[in-house]
Amino acid sequence: MTTTVTERREPAGPPAGSGSRRLTERVFRVREFGIIAVLLVFVAVTTSIQPSFLNQQNLQFLLINTTVYALLALGETMVVVSRNVDLSIGSILGLSAYVSASMFGHHPGIPIPLVFLIGLGIGLACGMANGLMVAVGRVPSLVVTLATLYIIRGIDILIVGGNEVTAQTLPNSFTNIPRATVAGIPYLAIAIAVVIGIGAYYMRAFRSGRELYAIGSNPEAARLAGIGVGKRIFTAFTASGAIAGVAGVLWAAQYQTIDSTAGTGYELTVISAVVVGGVAIFGGSGSAVGAAVGALLLSSINSALNVLGFPQLWLEAIAGFLLLLAITLDRIISVRLMTALRRRSPGVGT
Amino acid sequence: MEPDLNTGAAPDPATESPAAGPAAHATGPAGLLATAARGSVRWETGLGLLVVAIIIFGAVTSPQFLTSGNFFNTGVTSGEIAIMALPMTLIIISGEIDLSVASILGMSSALLGVLWSHHWPMLAIFVVVALLGIVAGLINGLLVTRVGLPSLAVTIGTLALYRGVALILLGANTVSNFPATYTNIGVLPLPHTQIPYNIAIFVVLAVIFAIVLHSTATGRSIYAMGASPEAALFAGIRVKRVKTMLYVVSGLVCAMAGVLWTFRLSTAVQNNGLGLELDVVAIVLLGGVSIFGGRGSLAGVVLAVIAFAGLQNALLLTNFNQEATGIVIGALLLVSVFAPNAGRLWRAGPPRWARRRSGHRSPAVGGGT
Repeated sequence: MTTTVTERREPAGPPAGSGSRRLTERVFRVREFGIIAVLLVFVAVTTSIQPSFLNQQNLQFLLINTTVYALLALGETMVVVSRNVDLSIGSILGLSAYVSASMFGHHPGIPIPLVFLIGLGIGLACGMANGLMVAVGRVPSLVVTLATLYIIRGIDILIVGGNEVTAQTLPNSFTNIPRATVAGIPYLAIAIAVVIGIGAYYMRAFRSGRELYAIGSNPEAARLAGIGVGKRIFTAFTASGAIAGVAGVLWAAQYQTIDSTAGTGYELTVISAVVVGGVAIFGGSGSAVGAAVGALLLSSINSALNVLGFPQLWLEAIAGFLLLLAITLDRIISVRLMTALRRRSPGVGT
Repeated sequence: MEPDLNTGAAPDPATESPAAGPAAHATGPAGLLATAARGSVRWETGLGLLVVAIIIFGAVTSPQFLTSGNFFNTGVTSGEIAIMALPMTLIIISGEIDLSVASILGMSSALLGVLWSHHWPMLAIFVVVALLGIVAGLINGLLVTRVGLPSLAVTIGTLALYRGVALILLGANTVSNFPATYTNIGVLPLPHTQIPYNIAIFVVLAVIFAIVLHSTATGRSIYAMGASPEAALFAGIRVKRVKTMLYVVSGLVCAMAGVLWTFRLSTAVQNNGLGLELDVVAIVLLGGVSIFGGRGSLAGVVLAVIAFAGLQNALLLTNFNQEATGIVIGALLLVSVFAPNAGRLWRAGPPRWARRRSGHRSPAVGGGT
């Protein structure tokens, strides 16, 4: 029904777009390369001071520590790109981690894939609830996911009720998942990298993925262009929830002691990683690869401070400072870009 | 920027709902205030009923609920959250958010502990801690207004940064040898009353904030910039200056909350107040303040504080798993955000689809600049 609107708008589009596209693309690329360059420089400097930073054991440790954050960052990227935010992922992770891991105690011999399916199902349900409220209820996602952060954590606390899952109840085949390696690289890290690659490719190349960027750049224009905004936002939240559910099972395999505090505060760390990775907090730009590199950078800083003998205490302040630096640089770049665009084609970008 | 898209469908005064922004812009700040007041009065009535319901629930289920000792306990444990909700209210009405409040509390607490363990005189410590709060707020404010960054991202960054400073200051240490004259505020009420010190401070501050927000030009300008930053700017309001001031005030108030928190628990540790920021935001939103800015009242937030404290206390006394009060708080938060919308959608009926396409309520995170 809105196609007529789209067609009418079409002629106005290209002149503004084609002139600026190359420049825009260059900046996008610079942005993603920027974070990778920062990571490489950081690793190089740290290794030159303390060569043991790059030894196999430390590297494995680093990759494994990053997997859960990088995975969560993929889901959060989909949501943030559409100009929304999902604060409930830490709670979803906690609920999924406890429920799925307690299955081993309740049903000894339960197949591991089934446990992952349970985690996925919990995440899906939570994500769909978020998505329904945001997309159909048309209420701000910050408030909805703040509420579900409380509610899901509350449900988790009621279910856990002072118990905890301990390592003894978990089968070795489960707890070995994060430890298995191929050529020194953890299987899990490879699997997660592939998943993030697929996710990033989907967002970049598929119509429904591109539409998330369109919605984030300008929800009104996206709606007028005939994009099913509600449907896409619902999908983004469902994906974010499902990913958090799976991440919960991985979390359980990694930490092995699960009580009702699992994953508390992860939401803000993940959003930090996403923003450091170049995803604009008000949507419309950034990629899941950048977000994953952002997560890797935060873990690397953590690990480097350890290796260099810095007190662990400095980590949080540095992470916060880095986030502020990243968004300030991002802002400076985009202001420069706007100025450049205006100079190239007067009348555009006001 | 969003209301500009509504030019095709000029709002009809008859169908104008209190929550609808565009019509308010057309009638200027006075009309805006009127619609804001009308919208929030209804919400406050609901909150008032909720408070009454909670009191009845508490009184029926537990004989201790209505005792003066319980009143003291309830008040003293929620005093700092209540205090931090006051500047947060103004910031959210102005269209921004401050997630660093609990970290400023923790950082001030840590500094207080460090300086006390270095035998500084208490008065000097108070001055330095207040300055720290002001600087912390100033950093937030300048990054948001002068650099032009979204406040959500900035204050997530300073949330980590300020908590990190607390960690660096105090590490794993705990300072707890504060003199009893100060730590008594956690156990003794104001002389001849049952009112805890932090609640007394909250009441005084609430009156000041209410006067500033509801009866001064600055207060009106806060609503205006929350409803439409551009319109406020063109109306001659110094948006950046006022917002920076709000962050500075928030920093100062949170530093004070940090001092109160430290004395009340007679402990300075780096994780004091960890995670409270979401409680504070939840209370403000529960109080009927719109996350998009431009709507809300201080009376609503005060009622929400009472509801929040009363609910937690009632559930505690009834042996309900207290941690799980999150379920109730979260549900109330959802009601607070759905109720105004549901009312509007219900009243609007079929034309809702027409309004929807003009879409002045895009699902977005808190208002940016």
